[in-house]
Amino acid sequence: MNLAPTSAPQSRRRPYDGVVVAAPVTVPYRRYSTNTAHWWVGRAVREVIQKARLKSADIDGLSLSSFTVGPDTAIGLTQHLGLSPRWLDHVPLGGASGVVALRRAARAVQCGDAEFVVCVAGDTNQVDSFRRMLSTFSRFAQDAVYPYGSGGPNASFALITRNYMKHYGATREDFGKICVAQRANALKFPHALMKKPLTLDEYLGARAISDPIHLFDCVMPCAGAEAFLVCREDVARSLELPAARLLATIERHNAFPEDPIQYRGGWALDIDEFYAMAGVTADDVDFVQTYDDYPVICMMQMEDLGFCGKGEGPEFVRSHTLTADGSFPHNTSGGQLSVGQAGAAGGFLGLVEAVRQVTDGALGAAVPGAAIGLVSGFGMVTYDRGLASGAALLAGGRA
Amino acid sequence: MTKPLQRPKRKDPLKKTRIPLLPQGTRSRTALGLTSAAAEGRFQLQVCSDCAMVVYPPRDACPRCLSARLPFKDVPNGGTLLAETTIRTSTDVYFRERMPWRIGTVALDAGPSIVAHLHGDVREGERARLQLKIDKSGQAIAMALPESDTPNMADDPQWRELTCDPKYRRVLITDGRTAVGQALAEALSEAGASVIFVGVADPWKPFPGEDKLRKIERVEIVALDLTDTISVNECAGEFAARVDILINTAEHVRTGGIIERKGLTIAREELEIRYFGLTRLAQAFGPVLRARGADGVNSAAAFVNLLSVYALVNWPTYGAFSATEAACLSAAQSLRTELRPGGVKVLNVFFGPLETEWYQVVPPPKVTPSALANATVRALQHGLEDVFVGDIAEDIRARLAVSPKALERELGS
Repeated sequence: MNLAPTSAPQSRRRPYDGVVVAAPVTVPYRRYSTNTAHWWVGRAVREVIQKARLKSADIDGLSLSSFTVGPDTAIGLTQHLGLSPRWLDHVPLGGASGVVALRRAARAVQCGDAEFVVCVAGDTNQVDSFRRMLSTFSRFAQDAVYPYGSGGPNASFALITRNYMKHYGATREDFGKICVAQRANALKFPHALMKKPLTLDEYLGARAISDPIHLFDCVMPCAGAEAFLVCREDVARSLELPAARLLATIERHNAFPEDPIQYRGGWALDIDEFYAMAGVTADDVDFVQTYDDYPVICMMQMEDLGFCGKGEGPEFVRSHTLTADGSFPHNTSGGQLSVGQAGAAGGFLGLVEAVRQVTDGALGAAVPGAAIGLVSGFGMVTYDRGLASGAALLAGGRA
Repeated sequence: MTKPLQRPKRKDPLKKTRIPLLPQGTRSRTALGLTSAAAEGRFQLQVCSDCAMVVYPPRDACPRCLSARLPFKDVPNGGTLLAETTIRTSTDVYFRERMPWRIGTVALDAGPSIVAHLHGDVREGERARLQLKIDKSGQAIAMALPESDTPNMADDPQWRELTCDPKYRRVLITDGRTAVGQALAEALSEAGASVIFVGVADPWKPFPGEDKLRKIERVEIVALDLTDTISVNECAGEFAARVDILINTAEHVRTGGIIERKGLTIAREELEIRYFGLTRLAQAFGPVLRARGADGVNSAAAFVNLLSVYALVNWPTYGAFSATEAACLSAAQSLRTELRPGGVKVLNVFFGPLETEWYQVVPPPKVTPSALANATVRALQHGLEDVFVGDIAEDIRARLAVSPKALERELGS
């Protein structure tokens, strides 16, 4: 893999030299859980500590993402979990939580403000907790979304999907191809909630939820947790922890507010700098974990992250195989569409999977020769569009 | 094309009456500005006083210049429907039993994109006009209508959910002896009400306009004396389950202030007819209306109060009368909250002096009974909550908005 600087513009940002991500943890999801978010978070943190052969007292940094941990925030969790961190963060950014938690933690470790930062996302899913969350998700949701049919994100993304299909000629078959490939990946991933194969015919024949969104375009809300450890590269080496280096990150919120309806995300604004910082191009990326709350958003990310031009997403999907062993390995664990959406942990799922892939730790389908992986995050529809976006490039030993 | 509504069949008495449910009615304080506009049928959004940006959803800072000066102002309501969806699954119990439900993103010419309910005749990619409406929860929502009117458009199920259209509904007019009551009977008959019960105290006593009233199609005279609790209860016992819209037309207009009327005789009579009459009606009919708010095509829809605009500010020439009207307005505000669990609206129609004998000495402009009746029917068809009829009423409303104190002095001089 060629890591030499390309002709892309030089980035003025300081690289994340000497920082790595290790100890990727997935606490197996459950459709419904009678446990609290605290329970899920606690299990994930414990597993990170065990995996890294550390003690609780070693953890001096904590970053938490959760929708259902209320009324607590990260500070309450320090006492709940018996941690005494000197660096603490709460990242309430839904699908962008993983990338954002990572880039903040990386700087804290790099600058010496903390040595071992555990980034954790966990949510419970009790019967009816999803409905209660929808109506109070944001002030705009309360004032201007929920009273309109109360279709939740399905309806909001139906409008975005419909508009995208109309403008760029995407078809249900194109979205179906993304979902079917992810299901194929998920069948090899032990923690996926969806265990049955999915055919394109089944995808197309599924019941309508909010046209053009049909059943298999939707993620299944569930309970679960994901976590990882951020530390110095030399420390990871001394602990003999397989680890991924961080080549670049971007983060952007409320990009393109003048677009009357969302057809692009914040990535499009920062993509040149993203690859410049890493010194690689989109061609160098071996696999991509997009944020897949709905397949149209996957397609948008393929465009905005530079794998094809705007509007070329449908053709790009048609011309590639998207399974882990395909020409464009995508959402290799099955993504949220097949593993399940465990609240904020959905924003960690792709990142945790990417760390596994580049460190030869895949639990399911491994991407052959994976050296560089791209992880993308997206989230927080407070009114009519996803506000948060972010991405990270990770490199393993082969890079 | 909207499918015309079918006249509802006689209700099967063994069938369970659907319990009224409401969509979510919680709003931020700022968003209640939309509710104020919707109550009067205006299309208003926040407009930044500093940079003129039109802002939606309601905010407390302008997203272009961060100004905090964001008053609600009339804004052109034209736009284009960019994308639509038909929701088939909802987590909300109100919408669940009304699926499928169409919503869409309308790019308003004035700037913002608004996610709105869609009338059945609006098509994706086409022009639309937005209106703010009060939904069953009593809060404002935006609905997109086709750019120009279409046949039977008032029969659209999503639209009818927001209006109190008298078509195929059964109405009670509480006093048929008044000119306004008679004009309303005529207007409601034309609007397609299926029965118009008209209350008359002591029906054996003839009254002016009686013959004409009896000849109006679908009018049924019923005995009703608002000053008599037993009469009101008996009327409700017989008819309440078949009353979908109640319009209180009782009136008692006398000149004079508080001091110059010796004793309490007239004041008592005024209160007996107006305030206590309203109270009796609310207590007898209110519970049944509230229970029937989701009872199909002819569900209970509205409780209508005809109020002198001087309920809002006292006119000393009719000082005691104004005070009684103010009491009725206050009661109506309470009723609004009390009837909301049924999704039943309280419509207050504020009018200026009428072209009737009781306003003989008042110079024009005055409101004719038929103008008041037509405005009331129109307000029901549009699902409004507050409506001002006639130049005087509009004038009082405008002056009140500028300075209540100045208006008090001017009315007293």
